[in-house]
Amino acid sequence: MNALSPTLRRLEAEAIHIIREAAAEFRKPVLLYSIGKDSSVLLHLALKAFRPGRLPFPLLHVDTTWKFKDMIRFRDDTARRLGLDLIVHVNADGLARGIGPVASGSSLHTQVMKTEALRQALDRHGFDAALGGARRDEERSRAKERVFSFRSAGHVWDPRTQRPELWRLFNTRLGPGESMRVFPLSNWTEIDVWHYVAAENIPVVPLYFAARRPVVERDGAMILRDDDRLPLLPGETPALKSVRFRTLGCYPLTGAIESEAATVEDIIAEMLRSRNSERQGRVIDRDETASMERKKREGYF
Amino acid sequence: MPESGQVSLERPQAAGGQTLLRFLTCGSVDDGKSTLIGRLLYESAALFDDQLAALERDSRRHGTTGEAIDFALALDGLEAEREQGITIDVAYRYFSTPRRKFIVADTPGHEQYTRNMATGASNCEAAVLLVDARKGLLAQTRRHSIICSLLGIRRVVLAVNKIDLVAFDRARYEEICEEYRAFAKGLDFAAIETVPLSARFGDNVTVPSERTPWFAGAPLLATLEALDGESEAAARSFRLPVQLVIRPDSDFRGFAGTIAGGVLRKGAVVKVSHSGQAASVARIVTPGGDAEQAKTGEAVTVVLSKEIDVARGDVLAEPTQLPEVANQFSANLIWMQPEPLLPGRSYLLRLGTKFTPATVTTIKHRINVNTLDPLPAKALEANEIGVVNIETAQAIAFDAYRDNRETGAFILVDRETRATAGAGMILHGLRRATNVPWQALSVDKRTRATLKRQAPCTLWFTGLSGAGKSTIANLVEARLSRDGFHTMMLDGDNLRHGLNRDLGFSDADRVENIRRVGEVAKILVEAGLIVLCCFISPFRADRRAVRERFDAGEFLEIFVDAPLATCIERDPKGLYRKAIDGRIPNFTGISSAYEPPESPDLVLETQAAAPDELAERVVALLEARGHLRRA
Repeated sequence: MNALSPTLRRLEAEAIHIIREAAAEFRKPVLLYSIGKDSSVLLHLALKAFRPGRLPFPLLHVDTTWKFKDMIRFRDDTARRLGLDLIVHVNADGLARGIGPVASGSSLHTQVMKTEALRQALDRHGFDAALGGARRDEERSRAKERVFSFRSAGHVWDPRTQRPELWRLFNTRLGPGESMRVFPLSNWTEIDVWHYVAAENIPVVPLYFAARRPVVERDGAMILRDDDRLPLLPGETPALKSVRFRTLGCYPLTGAIESEAATVEDIIAEMLRSRNSERQGRVIDRDETASMERKKREGYF
Repeated sequence: MPESGQVSLERPQAAGGQTLLRFLTCGSVDDGKSTLIGRLLYESAALFDDQLAALERDSRRHGTTGEAIDFALALDGLEAEREQGITIDVAYRYFSTPRRKFIVADTPGHEQYTRNMATGASNCEAAVLLVDARKGLLAQTRRHSIICSLLGIRRVVLAVNKIDLVAFDRARYEEICEEYRAFAKGLDFAAIETVPLSARFGDNVTVPSERTPWFAGAPLLATLEALDGESEAAARSFRLPVQLVIRPDSDFRGFAGTIAGGVLRKGAVVKVSHSGQAASVARIVTPGGDAEQAKTGEAVTVVLSKEIDVARGDVLAEPTQLPEVANQFSANLIWMQPEPLLPGRSYLLRLGTKFTPATVTTIKHRINVNTLDPLPAKALEANEIGVVNIETAQAIAFDAYRDNRETGAFILVDRETRATAGAGMILHGLRRATNVPWQALSVDKRTRATLKRQAPCTLWFTGLSGAGKSTIANLVEARLSRDGFHTMMLDGDNLRHGLNRDLGFSDADRVENIRRVGEVAKILVEAGLIVLCCFISPFRADRRAVRERFDAGEFLEIFVDAPLATCIERDPKGLYRKAIDGRIPNFTGISSAYEPPESPDLVLETQAAAPDELAERVVALLEARGHLRRA
């Protein structure tokens, strides 16, 4: 384990402070666990925040049923290894309607199986605060989001009436039906996350590391055909390439990058040379210029 | 692209010893703040190709720089901002060099967004203040400097931007710097650095410019790398505001929180701010495991040598330098919500990890943020800053903001909307709170009440003018008096002839009117009496503020409910007619709102029953709640 730089120590302390505030101030918080590297770091920090006590809230994974198999395996192993209380929620109604990224397109799939599913799960369990691993450097509408981000009844985010956030004096007050999204990693950047993963030896999904995988090129993205629900188009044949993923989501919507980076140190070295942002592989962001802001207003995490 | 011969696209490696600096950029609307940050991101390779490509697309659509990339668009993240070409909200951006990671708060220059600037400044250690070399110091420049100074920023870099547009003129640069240093003498800055630069073309941003050979100083980035960010925090007295108690089993009881000042050492004695109880530090659990010591900014869990009473909201502190514990203090207050601040109204105050009800008792003056001069004020409007006195319902532990930004800052939360209404910085505790202790009286409330065979309370009749409050209250008092109970009636009209004759009917005066009545009622309850108060008291917040002055069960809110049309018809004092004719401003029900109680102790519908019967119900309520002891 490497020693943490002063920067990482400050980011770590800040995140733990935020996680403890959420635990102390809300009736029923939950940690949104999306299985990615940011969730892994968030979970690691949350466990530290209450040590030697146990994590005082459950984990929630909103499963679109289209995640990579490796992700689901990693999720279940993690929950078992750490003895976590994990809730998995699927939008059963969406599933019954046959909504999926192939049949319905990325936009509708994300709306029904992610955004609506999350709202269903939060409402069903009565969670009043949801901690997530989103970072402000990911996307420009996120750069303006608060650490404690208020949602009115119906989970709506209104960027123009956000509560000013001064010092560390978070305004945690809620009325009936209102809720809070809490982002302990707000001030972390992608490279901070990898440096921390390296220093703290945090397990992450193997898909982040380069390996020879069968991929097809489609609309400029390299897609890993994780199962046969994704039909091959005429003329398409998967080719074995050394690839890895910078972010993880639904497999038909997540593009891989060609890479030889097989360790965390390799990934960091590769990132320092890279000229593309991590969300570049995400098909859903390209829909329109302000697409993330629109999705977030509707309750997307 | 501009002359980019010197631009390095190599992203710096984050080295092991990298430190963190948070700074904000401020200055007038078109001084080029966003352009400067965009330039810093670009040259430190924190902007990626796909982001640059998106930026080029947006620049052609919304940009103001012709064919060149408009870096400002990289920062203005909200749709409305890109459409209007302005920055509305604070945006946070990140870039790093091998020596430092930087968190930049980009704050809007528009006057109405002063609150956002204060928000950005509250978490920063330094400020980069931009000035347009052609325009020199503007009102905004001064205002932003004053806000930075009030918010406790001690390090300022004056960036004289658009130096290309004054032909890299040394005399012009020096003139602006000199004028700024003269102005800043009155402020609390420890260090002022100055740099002539062009954000648009990159002169003196990351590398020295050949076009300013007369400038011997470092470019902006090197200046920011060298700024001292954290040294003051560590020198302060030890403070740990407790966030929560961690108690997994009977063997471990730890107090978790982030150190807000000084150094915590194993074996040292600490005291609990409120109770003064002391114990020594047995263990310090840090994110990296047990430690011998921990310093400011670290998130720790402390185990003490013996069991003492500590909860969220308490502060663990150095025994010889305890924070002040009081319920009254003076503060600089920045008002943030559209509804003005009215003295006397109750808000929730958050300081450290504690929430408590609080009221602003006095607005001493407003601050002219262009000159720092005091101005008289009865209320504070949004984006105004004033010096106020605040009283909290419970005593809280605090330091002066000057001594500790963590334990000297607070926010006020609106109790109806739960919006963040204001942000404050404590100047000092008030001597009247610190030095005028409560006198413990040998004959107390209970003794006086026992003599009278009653449990004292306040019956608060609220409702529209003409609803029947006084009629019913008179009947209630007559009955209680007949049965040998001791009462006192407080009537709004009568008090306005004496105690409250200096007050009018503005919102501010109404709030003060109710506050005084509440205070008098409380004294009378102390005397052991059953107090009947008849006041329209139209605002929920004010009634709640009165309720909070009493112990539980001592305040009974009675809603005398009659439809407005009925009250207008009754019009016993002829006031509705005058109000409808426009001869009485701010008349409740006509030109001012009435907020009915949400959970009153009793509702009396005056249309449904005769006054006698309604009075009987009030007496029955007193019986049921055990206020009357019949012989």
